[in-house]
Amino acid sequence: MAEEKDFTIQNYLEFIQNKKLMGSKCKDCGKLYAPVRKLCTKCNSLNMEWVELSGKGELAAFTSITVGTPYFIDLGYDRNKPYCFSVIKLEEGPMVSAQLVGVDESKPDLIKIGTPVKVKFLENELKGETNIDLGFEPA
Amino acid sequence: MGKLSKRVAIVGAGMSQFGQLFPLKRNPDLWVDAWVNAVKSVDNGIAPKDVDACYVGNYSSDLFNHQGHLGPQMANLVGLTPKPASRFEGACASSGIALRQAIIAVASGIHDVIAVAGVECMNQLPTSLVTDALATASDALFEYPAGATFPGLYATVASAHFHKYGTTSEDLMRIGIKNHENGAENPFAQMQRTIKQLMQSKLKKLEEQGKDLPNWNDEFDYLRSSSNPMIAYPLRLFDCSLVTDGAACVFVASEETARNFTDTPIWIAGTGQGSAALSIHDRDDLTGFIATREAARQAYEMSGYGPKDMQIAELHDCFTIAELVALEDLDFYEKGKAAQAIKEGETKRDGVRPINTSGGLKSKGHPVGATGAAQAVEIFKQMRGRAERNRQVKFDVERALTHNLGGSGATCVVTIYEK
Repeated sequence: MAEEKDFTIQNYLEFIQNKKLMGSKCKDCGKLYAPVRKLCTKCNSLNMEWVELSGKGELAAFTSITVGTPYFIDLGYDRNKPYCFSVIKLEEGPMVSAQLVGVDESKPDLIKIGTPVKVKFLENELKGETNIDLGFEPA
Repeated sequence: MGKLSKRVAIVGAGMSQFGQLFPLKRNPDLWVDAWVNAVKSVDNGIAPKDVDACYVGNYSSDLFNHQGHLGPQMANLVGLTPKPASRFEGACASSGIALRQAIIAVASGIHDVIAVAGVECMNQLPTSLVTDALATASDALFEYPAGATFPGLYATVASAHFHKYGTTSEDLMRIGIKNHENGAENPFAQMQRTIKQLMQSKLKKLEEQGKDLPNWNDEFDYLRSSSNPMIAYPLRLFDCSLVTDGAACVFVASEETARNFTDTPIWIAGTGQGSAALSIHDRDDLTGFIATREAARQAYEMSGYGPKDMQIAELHDCFTIAELVALEDLDFYEKGKAAQAIKEGETKRDGVRPINTSGGLKSKGHPVGATGAAQAVEIFKQMRGRAERNRQVKFDVERALTHNLGGSGATCVVTIYEK
C-alpha cells in the first residue's frame, strides 16, 4: 500500500520510476506537497498521506536550453537540438520542475505560458539503462 | 531586534584585478592583491596587528580548486595567524554574508576590526564544469535532473516576467550595454570594453577575413545576431555575467576605532538577509525574488531610509534579468515598471540613480564568492569620490545600497551605506 511508504525523496522518485506522480497531503490542514515533504510547513504536522496527482496542469515558466547539463548532453541535446526546462503548475496547486516535450524547442517564441499540459513519463535510455524522468507535454 | 547595538564603519576597501587570470593568479595571489589595495585605501594606514579576525566569503573552492578551509589559509597570507578566521558560503552571496556577519560581530563588541575577504578562482575548470559547479547552487534533487542550468533558471524567471509584464529581450540588452559602458571605465574590470567596441572589433575581424559584413546599425542589431548566441531562451551570451578569477577586501571597524583609520569612514546604515526555497518551483512568485524583498525590508527598516533615499546601487546582475528584477524587488520601481525607467536612462551613470557604476557582474566580472565584497569596494570608492577613470558619479553620494543575490535567488544580502 502506498500509504505505508515513508515520505522520503527516494520513495517519491521510485513512484516516478513506476510512472506515478505522487505527492504528500497533510491530513490536518490539507496542504498538498509535490515533490514530497514529510513535515507540513504550513501547520507543522507530520500527519501525511500519499496522494496520486492527476498529472494535469499548465505551463508556469520555461526556457529552451542550448547549453545543457551533462545528463542532457549525453541524451543528445545541443545547440542544434535544444530542450525545454519548465515549471509546471499542477491543477492540485503545487509546482514541479520537469522537461517539457511535444513543443518546438527551436522556436521558443511560440511556446506560451499558460498552455495546458499533461504528464508524460519520459523513458530515457543511457548506457544501456532506461531511466524514467518526469516530463510534461501539451494536453 | 533589527538594530545594530553600535555603529559600524567601513574604513578601507580594495579589490584585485578581475579577469580570466588562472593559472597566473590563484586564490592566494588574488587575495593578497586585494588586501594590498584595501590597505592602500586606508587613509591613516592599517596593519595586521589592528585586525582581530578574517571573514572569508567563498562559494566553492572545493569544486573549483579542490581546496576547502580557506579561512585560515587567507588569514595566514596577510599576517593574521593565529586570529579567528572563518569561511562563509551562500553561493554568489558568500562575501555579502561574510560582510554582514563582520558587521554583526563588530556591533556585538567581540571584535573591533575585521578583514572581510571575498575570493574565487573559477577558471581552473573548463567552462562546462564551471557551469556544472554553479548548478550546485540551485536544487540538485529536482531542478537539475529536469535539465536546469544556472542560466536556465534565470531564463525561466525571465519567461515569467516577460509573460506577465511584457518585458522584452531589448529591455535586457539595454542593461548589458549600460554595464559594459561602466566597466569600460573600471581598470579592475574583466571586460573594459563597451558593446559597441566589441561590435566594431567583430566587424573588423570579419572584414579582415574577407567575409560578408552584417548590416548592424547599432548594438541591438549586433546583440540580436548569431554573434550573440542563445544560451537559454530568452537569455543570450551577453545576458550572462562572466567567469572570473578575483578577490576583494573590506575593512570593517567599530565606532570607537574607525576614526583612527580615516576621517571619512563609510557607515553601515542597515543590513538585511533573506532566504527562499532553493527550487524556484517551490516559490509563489516566479517574477521576482522573495529573498531580496525580505533582505531589503530589514535593511530599510534598520536604516530608517527608503528606496527613494538610495542615490546609487550595486545590484547583482549575474544575468541581465536579475538587475531588472532587483530594481523592482528593492522597490526602486513598481513591479513591471523598471524596463521603462531603464529605457529612459535613469540607471545610467549620468541618470537619476546610477546602477552598477563598477560595470556590474556583467562587465567587471563575477568571481562568485568575491562579488559581495567587490560591490562594497565600488560603493566605498564612489562615496569617497575616488572611483577611477571617468566613472565617478557627478554628485556627492550620501547614501548607497548593495544587493548580493545567491544561487537562483535563494539567498540575498542587502547593505545600506551612509556618510
